Amino acid sequence: MYKIAVIGSPDTVIGFKALGLDTFPVRQPEEAHKIFKAITKADQPDEYAIIYLEENLAEALKADIDRFKDVPRPAVILIPGKDGSLGLGQSALQAAVERAVGVNIL
Amino acid sequence: MPKSAVTPTRMVLNQLKGRLRTASRGHKLLKDKRDEEMRQFMDIVRRNKVLREKVDEGLSGAFAAMSMASAVMSPEMLEQSLLYARQRMELDVSHKNIMSVNVPVYHFDQQSPDESGQLPYGFAQTSGELDDALRQLYDVFNDMLELAEVEKTMQLLAEDIEKTRRRVNALEYVMIPELQENIRYITMKLAENESATKVRLMKVKEMVLQQAHHYER
Repeated sequence: MYKIAVIGSPDTVIGFKALGLDTFPVRQPEEAHKIFKAITKADQPDEYAIIYLEENLAEALKADIDRFKDVPRPAVILIPGKDGSLGLGQSALQAAVERAVGVNIL
Repeated sequence: MPKSAVTPTRMVLNQLKGRLRTASRGHKLLKDKRDEEMRQFMDIVRRNKVLREKVDEGLSGAFAAMSMASAVMSPEMLEQSLLYARQRMELDVSHKNIMSVNVPVYHFDQQSPDESGQLPYGFAQTSGELDDALRQLYDVFNDMLELAEVEKTMQLLAEDIEKTRRRVNALEYVMIPELQENIRYITMKLAENESATKVRLMKVKEMVLQQAHHYER
């Protein structure tokens, strides 16, 4: 069985905790970086198959996110935070299109 | 001129012809693969776009409901109610094969016998707003799961398309022209050798005749 993680500000993740997901409230991007490292380590009994990451942390964790782009697990998905969407999720889509087609056709 | 040094012999010519055949067949196959991958990819991109919008919208709605709930209740109370989930959410991952790219498929079944099964708290000390917020969040979560699947598929497919595209281009613009060039070079060299031999033979014949019969032309 695989687990699902949510990393974000405390206000954002609290609801997901009630759904039964593993939540990691963070206040600083450095903290998020550490947690991200820890939960993506290879030698874990249950892997995380999906990691939902709040958008405002994406910038700081870009290198970490890119590392998992080409492997089947985990899927790192950006979600908007409590303060509304920054549109970074759309940019992931555009990046994939650009990579496949060579130009951004959207 | 051929870029690499090829020995102009019949054996090498045959080898090169064989390689050209393989290369063109591979090129055709890879091109077909790329086209089909691209078609699938565009479908997935479209789906991703729709889902992304749905999730963005749904989550902002759920967060708004959540802040309503936290406004009604005290923060400690809220935290306490949500501290222990009724169940752990676990995921089963299998794989689907799209054009020989393994993409994940997430199976997840939530066992909630009744409506209250989702909620990890009693109703006595919590507000109705919290129930609403959690229900909204739960609804969005199904879309989020699908989004995760689609987005990962998209990324994996994009990587493979990039790879295939490069292979197709390498074959089309480097490998095949080079092989054709080498084949042409060898054919011409062989023809040249042949005519050189012919001329030499004719010359020798003439010399021999002259010696034997003092034959002047």
